[in-house]
Amino acid sequence: MQNNQIILNIIRFVVLMLLQVIVLNHINFLGYVNPYAYLIFILLFPFDASKTLLIFLSFLLGLSIDLFSDSGGVHAAACVLVGFLRPGILKFSFGVSYEYNAVKLNKVTFKERVLYITLMVFIHHFVLFGLEIFSLSHIVLILKSTLFSGIFSVLLILCILLLFNTKEN
Amino acid sequence: MQQIIYFFIKNKNFLLFALLFLISFILTLESHSYHNSKLISSTNFFSAKVYSVTSNITEYFDLKEQNKILLEQNSSLLKYQANTNTPISQIPLDSLLSKNFEFTGARVINNVYNKTNNHITIDKGQNDTIEPDMGVITSKGIVGIINKTSGKYARIQSLLNTKSQINAQLKKSKHFGFLTWNTQNPHIVQLTEIPKLAPIAIGDTIITGGNSAIFPKGILVGRVANYTLENNDSYTVDVRLFNDMTNLSHVFIIKNKNKQEIIQLQFSDDAE
Repeated sequence: MQNNQIILNIIRFVVLMLLQVIVLNHINFLGYVNPYAYLIFILLFPFDASKTLLIFLSFLLGLSIDLFSDSGGVHAAACVLVGFLRPGILKFSFGVSYEYNAVKLNKVTFKERVLYITLMVFIHHFVLFGLEIFSLSHIVLILKSTLFSGIFSVLLILCILLLFNTKEN
Repeated sequence: MQQIIYFFIKNKNFLLFALLFLISFILTLESHSYHNSKLISSTNFFSAKVYSVTSNITEYFDLKEQNKILLEQNSSLLKYQANTNTPISQIPLDSLLSKNFEFTGARVINNVYNKTNNHITIDKGQNDTIEPDMGVITSKGIVGIINKTSGKYARIQSLLNTKSQINAQLKKSKHFGFLTWNTQNPHIVQLTEIPKLAPIAIGDTIITGGNSAIFPKGILVGRVANYTLENNDSYTVDVRLFNDMTNLSHVFIIKNKNKQEIIQLQFSDDAE
């Protein structure tokens, strides 16, 4: 990673974390639906950077959200999992071109981008709500929350990416 | 030896992932156990500071509503004064409460109500002699119980928490049960284990029972909205809360001066 990329990622980390805990955690659309847009940090983390670093930073990001929302370690667990699974999901969504490090998120087709974001968001949300509710008798609630929050998050992330889609990455 | 090192280097991503996932899983388990999350909580210096800064700003959007609540509380206190001829400065918050209880006001800096285990953070802590297991109310009714404190902040386990079990009773017949929450609606909690014999009707008032050292008897909870017979021997009652748990701004913390004495008595009973 180059210097300006490191600074960009640090700023992104802090801004997304504060946005999440101050604004997005209090939206409560329909009473319980909140988007989790801080995933953008993991989604946009440079594709050619160290995977070990990504796993560690995902953990830190999740843990700092947990610090704010009194949720034990649920965000940390969900983030670490998607951080770890990201290379596989990238390969699945973008095919071989990913292996040659030629992928840039604002250059791929819309379909591929939505596939990548949707997969990441839904895996993250399922683990998040599964651990947060942590009871098999509430499995319907887990699935319902995953679905509604997931759709909300995907839409919000797509909008944010479109807005800031000038020259990054 | 070389092969072990080689194995670690080859699988370092997976091992790091497994370690961090295990840590977060342990933190999660801890937060689901009874006296929870001592490590990760919003009462720490950093997040509580951020919350108090943001609530300083967002407070202004809510002033109208809070003024109305204050006005209602004032009018009920004035009514009480007019009917009893006691100077207002000599009476506690509510006539039903004995002098064993002290009240401390605090400001809510973070309020969550959309999860299954909800917590509220307030801006008073150990420095204001707030301790875990103190009750929290507003002028309208019950809010929850303090479950963690730091120097300047404290965290309340809200009524809207599947782990909460608060003793409450019917105002007119003294039959008591436990307040729990089924996660469906932040305005409605469930009162369980009300005996089948209890004369219950929609609209009845529910108050706290006074069987614990945490809440004095007679704090308002809510009204009966609906009730169903469970297992043929007890009612489960839906209680519509007087408090709007989605819009809390100022709360009172209840200190029971005789708490130590009560707890000691209870423990000595167990031992014999």
